[in-house]
Amino acid sequence: MNRRGDIGALLERFGRGEVAAAARLISVLEDGGDEAERVLDAIFPGTGGAWRIGFTGPPGAGKSSLVHRVTGRMRARGHRIGIIAVDPTSPFTGGALLGDRIRMQSLSADPEVFVRSLASRGSLGGISNCTDETADLLDAFGKDIVLIETVGVGQSELEIAEKAHTVVVVLVPESGDGIQAMKAGLMEIGDVFVMNKADHEQAVGAAAELEETLRLKDVPDGAWVPRVVLASAREDTGIEDLVAVMVEHRRHLEERGLMEKMRRRILRARVRNAIMDRMERRLRESPSVRAVLERRMEAVYRGEASPYRVVRELEELVTIR
Amino acid sequence: MARKVRVLIAKPGLDGHDRGAKVVANALKDAGMEVIYTGLHQTPEMIAESAVQEDVDVVGLSILSGAHMTMFPRVLGLLREKGAADMLVFGGGIIPAEDVEELEKLGVARIFGPGTDTGDIVSFIRDRFPAN
Repeated sequence: MNRRGDIGALLERFGRGEVAAAARLISVLEDGGDEAERVLDAIFPGTGGAWRIGFTGPPGAGKSSLVHRVTGRMRARGHRIGIIAVDPTSPFTGGALLGDRIRMQSLSADPEVFVRSLASRGSLGGISNCTDETADLLDAFGKDIVLIETVGVGQSELEIAEKAHTVVVVLVPESGDGIQAMKAGLMEIGDVFVMNKADHEQAVGAAAELEETLRLKDVPDGAWVPRVVLASAREDTGIEDLVAVMVEHRRHLEERGLMEKMRRRILRARVRNAIMDRMERRLRESPSVRAVLERRMEAVYRGEASPYRVVRELEELVTIR
Repeated sequence: MARKVRVLIAKPGLDGHDRGAKVVANALKDAGMEVIYTGLHQTPEMIAESAVQEDVDVVGLSILSGAHMTMFPRVLGLLREKGAADMLVFGGGIIPAEDVEELEKLGVARIFGPGTDTGDIVSFIRDRFPAN
């Protein structure tokens, strides 16, 4: 029992489709620890159905506004949508201002759309450490599409590629130098590129240039060729095209059995990361490991033992069968 | 991981002045809280639904239009309906003293008038969530 309430009762209400219970369970997941694991254990069998779509790109490119527009179109097609919007946590105060809802206002009136703002907290990668888990929860809650919007700085573009089936990279004509700096990573992970602010006078040129850059890349036969779409979230133009290309990408993955392959790859990486995190924590918290460090660091300081010698001594303490 | 206080700051109704709301949102952020700002022109339904989905601990409403006697009770009622009666609701804006009394009776935890030191709002929340 914690301030969030009894986990069993929350899970039961979650099962009945209660939004407040789902929201509270996401907070439990964010808090981490044993209760978070209990929630994940319980909901995990209900996951796997959702199409996870990442939206990334530089700050100010219009990710939130596009997510808003795309959600409107997807709702019209009968989808139930979950949105995870990540904003940065201040490394100085630990606080965060989560403002993505400002651009998604009309969605608050639609009960079939669940929007959750997450602060990046300790994560450096531009998405919260809890993104996968929150997506799982929305997935198990019956959302068949989960849109994940990254912070837009740091290595978010690379991390989102490990979490989403389809990655949409949002760019704007005037982001020029900013894009240059991010290009390498972005170019490699985008399935769909949106040149937003299509009403801008340089938009058509910028889109053509982008297309050209993408064509330089070798694409193996039968592989998905990244596409460029001109759109304007503000003017609400090009959104149909964008959605159509996203759907095409999904169909491409499904027809070739790639969706399942990707699902497995994503899960394998998650399990691996979770094991590493757990092992690291256990090592850090182990009194005997600490004792060896305490005792042997003097020898390292004096140059009598190399760092690796201490590692070998520690390894003898750890048994992995 | 330590719990973070999550706060929703919302502007219900038609008035278009959100400087106060933004100042408060920033002050709470600087105090280490996670603040969700919804923007202008929110209906009570939108505010309650956002507060529930975001699972906030605190809801702050900024009203300068004079509609406080309809907006606050509506939001409080909707939060109760949605199973979030435990959220702390406070307000800010230009609200006459007799209305303040009435609103506090209805369940608004506190009304902060013009000229409030943001530090007072921070400690008001911290006092109720001491772990953070």
